[in-house]
Amino acid sequence: MTAVTNDPPVRRRSWLDASSRFARRQPLGTFGLVLVIVAAVAGLSAEWIAPYNPTANDFAAMTEPPSAAHWLGTDQFGRDLLSRIIYGARTALIIGFVSSFVGGFLGLVLGVASAYFGGWIDNVLQRVMDILMAFPLIIMALAVVAIFGTGVHNVIAAITVPLVPRCARVVRSSALSIREVPYIDAARTSGFSHSRIILRHMVPNVVAPFLIMLTAFVGQAILAEASLSYLGLGVQEPTPAWGLMLQGGAEEYASTAPWIAIFPGLAIALTVFGFSLFGDALRDAIDPKMRER
Amino acid sequence: MYRYILNRLLLSIPTLIGAAALVFVLMRLIPGDICMVRLGGSGGTVSPSALAACHAQIGLERPLPLQFLDFIGGFAVGDFGTSMWSGKPVIQEIASRLPVSLEIALLATIVAVAIAIPLGTISALKQNSWLDHVVRTVAIAGIATPSFWLGILSILIVLDVSHYLFGHPWMPSIDYVPLWDDPLGNLSIVILPAITIGYRYSAVTMRMTRSAMLEVLREDYIRTARAKGLIEQLIVNRHALKNAMLPVVTLVGIEFAFLIGGLVVTEQVFNLNGIGRLFVQAVQNQDYTLTQALVMLTVAIFVVTNLVVDVLYAWLDPRIRFG
Repeated sequence: MTAVTNDPPVRRRSWLDASSRFARRQPLGTFGLVLVIVAAVAGLSAEWIAPYNPTANDFAAMTEPPSAAHWLGTDQFGRDLLSRIIYGARTALIIGFVSSFVGGFLGLVLGVASAYFGGWIDNVLQRVMDILMAFPLIIMALAVVAIFGTGVHNVIAAITVPLVPRCARVVRSSALSIREVPYIDAARTSGFSHSRIILRHMVPNVVAPFLIMLTAFVGQAILAEASLSYLGLGVQEPTPAWGLMLQGGAEEYASTAPWIAIFPGLAIALTVFGFSLFGDALRDAIDPKMRER
Repeated sequence: MYRYILNRLLLSIPTLIGAAALVFVLMRLIPGDICMVRLGGSGGTVSPSALAACHAQIGLERPLPLQFLDFIGGFAVGDFGTSMWSGKPVIQEIASRLPVSLEIALLATIVAVAIAIPLGTISALKQNSWLDHVVRTVAIAGIATPSFWLGILSILIVLDVSHYLFGHPWMPSIDYVPLWDDPLGNLSIVILPAITIGYRYSAVTMRMTRSAMLEVLREDYIRTARAKGLIEQLIVNRHALKNAMLPVVTLVGIEFAFLIGGLVVTEQVFNLNGIGRLFVQAVQNQDYTLTQALVMLTVAIFVVTNLVVDVLYAWLDPRIRFG
């Protein structure tokens, strides 16, 4: 005879439930996520959705205003702006994600290691972080470009370096409190290696602030890439990049063809806006103290 | 307190030496030779003797460790040397470009603080109201909008409005005039860049003000002040705002320190000859002495601003004592 229980079945919260709860509680954050997804889809499927070749000049259609043929108009070389913005999303997101992930990961490891070891290692690492924080980004970028040349990889390197100390600082302050908890002492007395304690016991405990910071970093990296490309230190022609699209023609044709200046800037602003809104909402959802604010 | 300041100043020495070493190495890793550019232009040929004479004249023939010690020693006594490109004293080069950058940075800070503190405070007092949502969205938009794009748009608006009003497009002069020589002319040059940067700067400060105010407004002493019947305006102005200003002062200080050397893009958009553009020109010309001096100036401003901010902490919050 089998026992029949009247207890209600335990309902595990699915991923879908969590998402709809997030959408209800954080409408602005959800809007931000939608903007990020639109940019990501544009970047990933640029070949299929872009109406024109982004690098093809059409001298018969130079500085054409938005029309049925060219929804966002054309630039001074007759290139379709919508297609360049769609392909530009790919450049922006690749640089944004790679530099923020690499910078964030290095900052995470250095921040946790600095807090874990303390003493002279912490002092030396903090002084190095001070130097990198105080060092002007533009000189770093100019030097990287002058030494290694322009291109996506070098732009990523130039943007990654300043992100490392910012991440390390925040992670270190979180990790300092974790260092004192008994299970870290227990792990030490059990003879676990430093790398095991750092990577398996300390890093997972600082992942929440780290993830929140990462979303902000992606937006900052996209802005930095746009600024460097605008100065001619980032991605080079004919690669479609939003900052690059604002260089030269955008100012020269500002009064006669304002769409050249308006739409790429709008793409940058909306994407970074999306990352910022989503990051804020994520922080509010994860951090119990922030829920009330 | 003097002991604390002295400790902090001593701690800043390794930071300054590290930054000096970094810029020294980076500049020498850049391929090319300033003497080749100076003597022959980009495509010319230069005789080895002329090249050697040029190297000797600007001190590049000396061993690298000696060049580094010269640089550090000069910095310690306030002697930045002469520009390798123009031959003028570095101090003179910087002094001619600093006023415009400094004025824009100061004006941007005033714009930012004037917008951010009232709006951030109102946003915190009216938490979760439609006003709070609008202020927060405007703040996030300010952080997301590239300042150079805002600069381009503001130029576009000025051109269109002036064309509409006067029948021809008008833009302010790009030649900087000091404030005391021509106040209106000066203001017309710096106001647009200051607003452009000030908006982003105010957005960051606004978020910090709101967050700090929310934290302070939940403190026990605020509840006590309310319980004893103090009027809300006094609670906010006298008790909450002063304590909430701690992180805001830090942020304003750090952002200001970044602004001095970080105006490159804005100066490019508005065609202004400030410190930011001097940075770019110095690196492109491989002017080691000028680049090194500019980096040290930026790092020193950063270090001193951080110290001043920490000292201001004690003034704003007597609970803080220096360890």
